Amino acid sequence: MDAIFLQILNGLDKGGAYALIALGLTLVFGTLGVVNFAHGALFMLGAFCSVTFQKLLTMSKQVKDESITFFDAFKEQPYLEIWFGDFGTTIIDYSVPLSILFAIPVMLLIGLIMERGLIRHFYKRTHAEQILVTFGLAIVIQEIVKSIYGANPIPTPAPEIVSGTAPIGVLIGLGESVVYPWWRLIYLAFSGMIITGVFAFLNYTTYGMVVRAGMMDRETVGMLGIDVERRFTVVFGLAAVVTGLAGVMYSPILPPDYHMGMDFLVLSFVVVVVGGMGSLGGAVAAGFLLGMLQSFASMNEIKSIIPGIDQIIIYLVAVVVLLVRPRGLLGREGVMED
Amino acid sequence: MSDKKNSAGWSRRDVMKAAGAFSAAGAMPMFFSRGAWAEETFRNNPGKAASIKLGFNVPQTGAYADEGADELRAFKLAVKHLNGEGDGGLMNTMKPLSLKGNGVLGKKVEYVTGDTQTKSDAARASAKRMIEKDGVIMFSGGSSSGVAIAVQSLAQEMGVIFMAGLTHSNDTTGKDKRRYGFRHFFNAKMSGAALGPVLKKEMGTDRSVYHLTADYTWGWTQEESIKETTEALGWKTIKTVKTPVGAGDFSQYITPILNSGADTLILNHYGKDMINSLTQAVQFGLRDKEVNGKTFEIIVPLYSRLMAQGAGKNLKGILGTTNWNWALKDEGSKAFVKSFGSEYGFPPSQAAHTCYVQTLLYANACEMAGTFYPPEVIKQLEGFKFDGMGNGATEYRAEDHQCFKDVLVVRGNENPTSQFDLLEIVQEVPRSQVEYDAKIFGGELGPYKV
Repeated sequence: MDAIFLQILNGLDKGGAYALIALGLTLVFGTLGVVNFAHGALFMLGAFCSVTFQKLLTMSKQVKDESITFFDAFKEQPYLEIWFGDFGTTIIDYSVPLSILFAIPVMLLIGLIMERGLIRHFYKRTHAEQILVTFGLAIVIQEIVKSIYGANPIPTPAPEIVSGTAPIGVLIGLGESVVYPWWRLIYLAFSGMIITGVFAFLNYTTYGMVVRAGMMDRETVGMLGIDVERRFTVVFGLAAVVTGLAGVMYSPILPPDYHMGMDFLVLSFVVVVVGGMGSLGGAVAAGFLLGMLQSFASMNEIKSIIPGIDQIIIYLVAVVVLLVRPRGLLGREGVMED
Repeated sequence: MSDKKNSAGWSRRDVMKAAGAFSAAGAMPMFFSRGAWAEETFRNNPGKAASIKLGFNVPQTGAYADEGADELRAFKLAVKHLNGEGDGGLMNTMKPLSLKGNGVLGKKVEYVTGDTQTKSDAARASAKRMIEKDGVIMFSGGSSSGVAIAVQSLAQEMGVIFMAGLTHSNDTTGKDKRRYGFRHFFNAKMSGAALGPVLKKEMGTDRSVYHLTADYTWGWTQEESIKETTEALGWKTIKTVKTPVGAGDFSQYITPILNSGADTLILNHYGKDMINSLTQAVQFGLRDKEVNGKTFEIIVPLYSRLMAQGAGKNLKGILGTTNWNWALKDEGSKAFVKSFGSEYGFPPSQAAHTCYVQTLLYANACEMAGTFYPPEVIKQLEGFKFDGMGNGATEYRAEDHQCFKDVLVVRGNENPTSQFDLLEIVQEVPRSQVEYDAKIFGGELGPYKV
């Protein structure tokens, strides 16, 4: 029972991450019709916003270690600690949540530049061309990040107060042994909040409704005198922010490295395809479904029956869904079917 | 049979005799110079050229690119020292030394580089290009056992010596050993033998162990060796779980540990996988747990300083082993750290150390052999005993081409004094404790001449 409960939590937590990444991807595809293979790079850039902000906060006064003469060994003390003492230490400790404030404008700007500078020139091109150009862009972005930060993962710890585990078993009567990392629970809540926010924006604001109308029938909305293109540009920026924030909050779980976007790219596409191309609800549902399945497939009891199932379950489900329901779980008729 | 003569007065028998005599006379000088016949035909023979080329095949892209960059720095430094430039590095401390600082056998050393991408097929393609297009006489480097085994077999096929970089699988000098492949780096079996007594001393003889293992050759052999060690101590193995390489999020593999009854987790992961699995294991509170009346412990059998940087504070207090560490105080290690530190401004990694040493060992063997002819160079390396290169007295065992030397048991430093002071040396385990019978892993080295 304990093990099943922990895997449910684990599945939800994984699903939250998958859903958040896939949401941004679907948003771009649903509005602009662009298959964006640089989407993983946006996730990675978000994580590196966290790294950059941490580096800014920990800029240090370096005192040469005189005992080592043949290379530069330094004893470092961050300026924030010199200036503000314990308060400075606390600010540094909270660098990951604080970097959300840094990441929002940065990711919005990156999204707008990406859309205006490159993606918009490929709206009318074939999906194959879009994939090629965005995949190329992803490689360029990751190589730039590697040249700045190196190839090694960079630790970005969560604040000390939430770096341990929540005694969740005690709260629900399962005993002390059932614990779960605080930060993963926060991530789950955060992804739920962002997903709700995006849906609320699209469903309950005029701006969002126009965007949705544009997704349904771009031509008619344009004839009403609304500049759909501009709104779609903003939607691309919004997708970049959503994906970037997913990256920021994921950085304490997975120390960021330049390649992490590629690691998530294939997975996020599988989520989108299973959910249905262009379907926001489908992306979220598929994210949680696949997260849950992957988590349960990794249980030793399951693996002893079907060895290796943990490594193929996601793709197996994708194959089955596409065979039974080619347009995905909640896919709309006509999307990617021409 | 008639012995009919032609118009010139030559019978068929005369012609045959003359041909035989001519052939013998023509070949005669070759019989009197050692291996000269074969030397003329060996691949990439530099002949009378003024220089030789070495190939440095390291991961320049991919997850191990930082490690590859450090290997490349070490190779460049080794070339510099071989050509008599710089401070000479380990050539000042290596014993016995045949190198003179004038290149190798009087020929200047040049190099080409390749990118293994830490993929076996890419590494083989890169090595093949170096051998066929660039004409390298030896190649070296790498950060993965899968890659080392793949290129080692290519080395054997093509008759060009491969001096392995960082590879820790027992298979490299075990079942997949090759006559043309040599490993200076230690292996999983040696890690287990070195760790055993320290684990017994620090954690006792009653532990229940859970293994998470990278699902490829290195992970399998490390799990096998460490399991053998811990079970010999009396520890019980609760479960061994294989994880896909590059899994990223290991949470689904960590949650079953929480209620498994295990009080010890052994992470048979390296590089990015190790950084991620350790970070997440700590986040799941494993190190704060009390199980079976004991504090839960995590062990990382293979450490590197570059990994320690990625894992950050999660590594503090965790035991493991390394091949070499820059903080060693022997004359060889000090000379290498000084030389590398002066050149690049920071201390070398263990990958850099092994690559540098391998280059010097190959060059020294050529000097000892008096030739670049691979079978003769191999014979010089086999059984070669040396000292002054870090890790104490060392021997390249002839039976499997594995170097035997002292192994370091280290712990994530609780109180680092500098940004490089990440691993604390717990014990320098003597070579005699990590030696084993070469026959246990099977395998065949193969022929000298290919």
